[in-house]
Amino acid sequence: MTAATGSRPGPELLRALHSEWTKLRTVPGPATLLILTVLLTVGLSAGIAGAVSCGSAGCQQDPARSGLAGFALGQATIAIFAVLMVGGEYGSGMIRSTLTATTGRTTVLAAKAALLTAVVLAAGIPAALGSWLTGRLLLPGNGFTAEHGTQLLGLGDGPTLRAVLGSVLYLALVALLSLGVATAVRDAATAIGIVLGLLYLFPIMVGLVTNPDWHRHLQQIAPMNAGLAIQDTVGLDQMPIGPWSGLGVLAAWAAAALLIGWSVFTVRDA
Amino acid sequence: MTRPSDEAMLDAPFRSAAPAGRAGFGALLKSEWTKFRTVRGWLVALLVAGLVTFAVGALSATGSKRECAGPDGQPCAVHIPPVGPNGQSVTDRFTFVHQDLPGDGTVTARVSSLTGDGAAPEPWAKAGLIVKADLTEGSRYAAVMLTGGHGVRWQYDFTADAAGTTGDAAAPSTAPRWLRLTRSGDTIAGYDSADGVSWNAVGTATIPFPGTVQIGMFVTSPDHTVTVQRFGGTETNSEASQAIAAFDNVAVNGGAGDWADTQVGGDDGGPGPTPNAGFTEANGTFTITGSGDIAPAVAGPEGNTVERSLAGVFAGLIVVMVLGSVFITSEYRRGLIRTTLAARPQRGQLLAAKALVIGVVTFVVGVITSALTFWIVGAIRRANGVNVMPVSWQTDLRVIAGTAALLAVSSVFALAVGTLLRRAVGAVTITVVLVVLPYVLAVASVLPSGAAQWLLRVTPAAGFAIQQSTPVYQQVDATYLPSSGYFPLSPLGGFAVLCGWTALALALAAVSLRRRDAAA
Repeated sequence: MTAATGSRPGPELLRALHSEWTKLRTVPGPATLLILTVLLTVGLSAGIAGAVSCGSAGCQQDPARSGLAGFALGQATIAIFAVLMVGGEYGSGMIRSTLTATTGRTTVLAAKAALLTAVVLAAGIPAALGSWLTGRLLLPGNGFTAEHGTQLLGLGDGPTLRAVLGSVLYLALVALLSLGVATAVRDAATAIGIVLGLLYLFPIMVGLVTNPDWHRHLQQIAPMNAGLAIQDTVGLDQMPIGPWSGLGVLAAWAAAALLIGWSVFTVRDA
Repeated sequence: MTRPSDEAMLDAPFRSAAPAGRAGFGALLKSEWTKFRTVRGWLVALLVAGLVTFAVGALSATGSKRECAGPDGQPCAVHIPPVGPNGQSVTDRFTFVHQDLPGDGTVTARVSSLTGDGAAPEPWAKAGLIVKADLTEGSRYAAVMLTGGHGVRWQYDFTADAAGTTGDAAAPSTAPRWLRLTRSGDTIAGYDSADGVSWNAVGTATIPFPGTVQIGMFVTSPDHTVTVQRFGGTETNSEASQAIAAFDNVAVNGGAGDWADTQVGGDDGGPGPTPNAGFTEANGTFTITGSGDIAPAVAGPEGNTVERSLAGVFAGLIVVMVLGSVFITSEYRRGLIRTTLAARPQRGQLLAAKALVIGVVTFVVGVITSALTFWIVGAIRRANGVNVMPVSWQTDLRVIAGTAALLAVSSVFALAVGTLLRRAVGAVTITVVLVVLPYVLAVASVLPSGAAQWLLRVTPAAGFAIQQSTPVYQQVDATYLPSSGYFPLSPLGGFAVLCGWTALALALAAVSLRRRDAAA
């Protein structure tokens, strides 16, 4: 059986992708979660863009970060989405049907990861553009103007475009991290606990540790802190980690989680 | 046993011939407790909740080693703050021009001027009259004083502070001002006057001083602090300041000996240049220069509060929230809820029993965890050179029990949300996002302080206030930020906000449990 699936990997992957797509599209939950992600992200971004202000002493806030701050919340619903893609199947026993239909477990996981990435990217783009747009509308009213030394730049500006599109990639990597964790632990509730712990506990730890070296290293390895460095457009030389290397750290977390998930998934009985 | 006729069976609803189960709430509690304790994964989760709470605290303590080196690499002197009469950490540094007072007596003086060092005095620069048990830091005292920007004040034993009766907040009294301090038995009283003729009582205190005390004039001036909001954080810079005050018309009744001056708390307990402190006397006018403060110590951004040892509670919270939600949602997943409801049709009671079981279990585990973590992590921090600010034992207890209560109420909150949603993933996410995310946004991100304070008032994250060990003191200007351990609501008030959210979720859950079909 393994030999037969191994000889036709292409069609099997396509079939697996198709069946995963059908599973997503025919129940209302996933679509609701994605819409919720866009709404929550844009909503919190707008709230924070409305709350920050620039004094006469000059802006101490990065306009891109303030405008895109809603991703701190949007990542939570994306994590649910990704965790349920695997954890939900274990909960309902559906995983047995899935694995009967597609026996190559690597194929199943690859199909899930590919579809997840595509869908999250599709949801992330309106979330990022919507957040950027609300920031663009609200921030000038709060003093983010040229007189205070902050120029709000359009999407044609390199760092701004990188911050906006990078936030979309950030969401996709959080989704893959969650998928990996859920595949490894198989229980959806535990998986979401671990993912939210990884995302939210590190920033708290960063605030607690006072040794400057530890402080810096924690910011460099924390998935949320490092990953959101992709939104930095001002004062890059003072940041503990550069934008792309920060996103790289999150990618490493996602890769590690997927690797652990994959090795457990291919070995263990479903 | 007689078999009922077929006809009777058609008419009457079926009743099992088995003896009815004990109907009491106690039996229900017992069955829920049995469900909980027989799932090994849940017991493991409780253990994990305790371990991560400890581990995160220990890790952050290890990462907060106080490293201090002078310009030539020599270790710098650590000034350990003295402990005041109520057991809390205090600042006690001032220039004291004093004489002995063996029994009852009075000191009167006019503060003719109060200035800073070539600048306006700090708002809480103090010049006035004080009676103090002895010359050691942290000993008991009572003082009436003129301040740089807050008029005449009456203060004693570091924490007590009251405004004088004359002069309001908009136009506080300024120099020149007459002050008088009397000791009569255990009663110390302060007075002030504009002209030295008509006196207003400012305040009294009952302090059983032992025998001879020190009485006289004092001047001190707290550090000048400037807070700057930077990218993703707040930076506080402080430097020592000085106050110079002139006293004339000085008169003492009942004093013994000559005037002597002492720098209580040493020349300079903090960083910065040693101020040119001391006094001169010419024609009955005493000019006194001082630096420091007589006030309760305030936690700084370096994290020296006792509750910082329990910072790992965030990790424990996430675990107990998973546990709380799964305690109900697993019943829906496995269909056990139908058996449970068949055995006990009173659904409200079922929810109450589950809440009680999960709440009590997490509270007990929370008390053990937070007590052990509090002492072990606290010891690690002290060994690392962190000046953990001592507080009274009652406050220690409140912090420990409050942390356990935080865990317990959060698990009940997660149970209620889980009952509403019937899905653990959504319930865990909603409770974590409501309880933990506001705190993350408030302390570690782009939010300005106004919005951060607002979040910590209205969201369930307000409950973390129960851990706050040192209150905000009006008589100390400092940056009272959530990241330093200060919350906008009082400890119990903040905790009540979390309880309110939990009560609301429980009420909605009870309604939904009653109205909705369990199998749907």
